[in-house]
Amino acid sequence: MVGIVVVSHSKKVAEGVVELAAQMAGANDHIIPCGGMEDGSIGTDAVRIMEAISDANTGDGVAILVDLGSGILSTQTALDLLEEPIDARIADAPILEGAVAAAAEAGQGTSLDAVIGAAEEARTFSKNL
Amino acid sequence: MASKIYQCVEQIGNAIIENKDFLTDLDREIGDADHGVNMARGFTEVLAVLPQEEADLGVVLKKVGMTLLSKVGGASGPLYGTAYMKAAVPLAGKTSLTVADGKAVFEAVIGGIQMRGKATRGEKTMLDALIPAQEAYVAAADAGADAATCLEKACEAAREGVEYTKTIAATKGRASYLGERSIGHQDPGATSATITLESIRDFVKGM
Ligand SMILES: Nc1ncnc2c1ncn2[C@@H]1O[C@H](COP(=O)(O)OP(=O)(O)OP(=O)(O)O)[C@@H](O)[C@H]1O
Ligand SMILES: [Mg+2]
Repeated sequence: MVGIVVVSHSKKVAEGVVELAAQMAGANDHIIPCGGMEDGSIGTDAVRIMEAISDANTGDGVAILVDLGSGILSTQTALDLLEEPIDARIADAPILEGAVAAAAEAGQGTSLDAVIGAAEEARTFSKNL
Repeated sequence: MASKIYQCVEQIGNAIIENKDFLTDLDREIGDADHGVNMARGFTEVLAVLPQEEADLGVVLKKVGMTLLSKVGGASGPLYGTAYMKAAVPLAGKTSLTVADGKAVFEAVIGGIQMRGKATRGEKTMLDALIPAQEAYVAAADAGADAATCLEKACEAAREGVEYTKTIAATKGRASYLGERSIGHQDPGATSATITLESIRDFVKGM
């Protein structure tokens, strides 16, 4: 099953997004929050993100949802730091909607391409109902 | 005895830590008020974990880079972290530096920051100090100047670069949320990059 990592500057945001996404995840227990710094302060840490990506991987790849600025830069750095070859990609999607869509898709046991596609499609959902 | 490179990194770290509040205040104007806090946290950890006797420039700078990208926390973490790790590549196995090595370091550092952050000159970032500094360094080096003179020229150009950042709007990083309202304020990252260069210059002059 495709793993999911949620990267945010804030520990609470990452955990909250995973909490909501997990409701849609079915049997997928590889949805991992990676928020804030080791000491709990606000920020992003490329090394911790790298470890979260490894932990989320079951062999089918990892979709990563990120917030702003260094959320992106630190995640790209983490991908460069990976020692084992893992098919891990950043979804170009809003972090919460993307994580929920990715979790629902990954829970069906589909491919990383499909999971990333579902997350990115979340960008187009209108809130003008 | 601490190696020369340890002493140089220590001088950079101390200067960054001394300027913690100043850098944070600059970031309060156009960002999220954490640049000094971020950089000081990173360098405090660097000074705690760096082996003092290690003299291999490549080994030391790689360790500095890895520590910064894990402990800084803001955009400057992956950017400076990548910069130090890229600088380590041409210096692997060396224990001293020539003027020509300095050119290779500038190229690696700026290449690394651009690979990571996709910014160019004129976007109100650290590159607005580093790219002019590189040009001044290379011009002085090609004219046959010694290391201290090359670094002096680089620092002058970096300071001018910091002044220039006051005149432009940010299009990368947090400050880009402010757009035109970022004009009139100097860029925190360009400032910390200049403090770094000045520390290296002072270290080389004192050698
Ligand atoms: N894409 C980029 N390329 C080069 N330098 C950048 C880029 N983005 C930001 N910077 C530099 O980083 C400095 C800000 O560093 P700081 O430590 O405050 O990170 P931040 O912007 O708060 O990070 P975050 O993205 O986590 O909010 C800026 O002043 C600028 O010089
Ligand atoms: Mg900041």
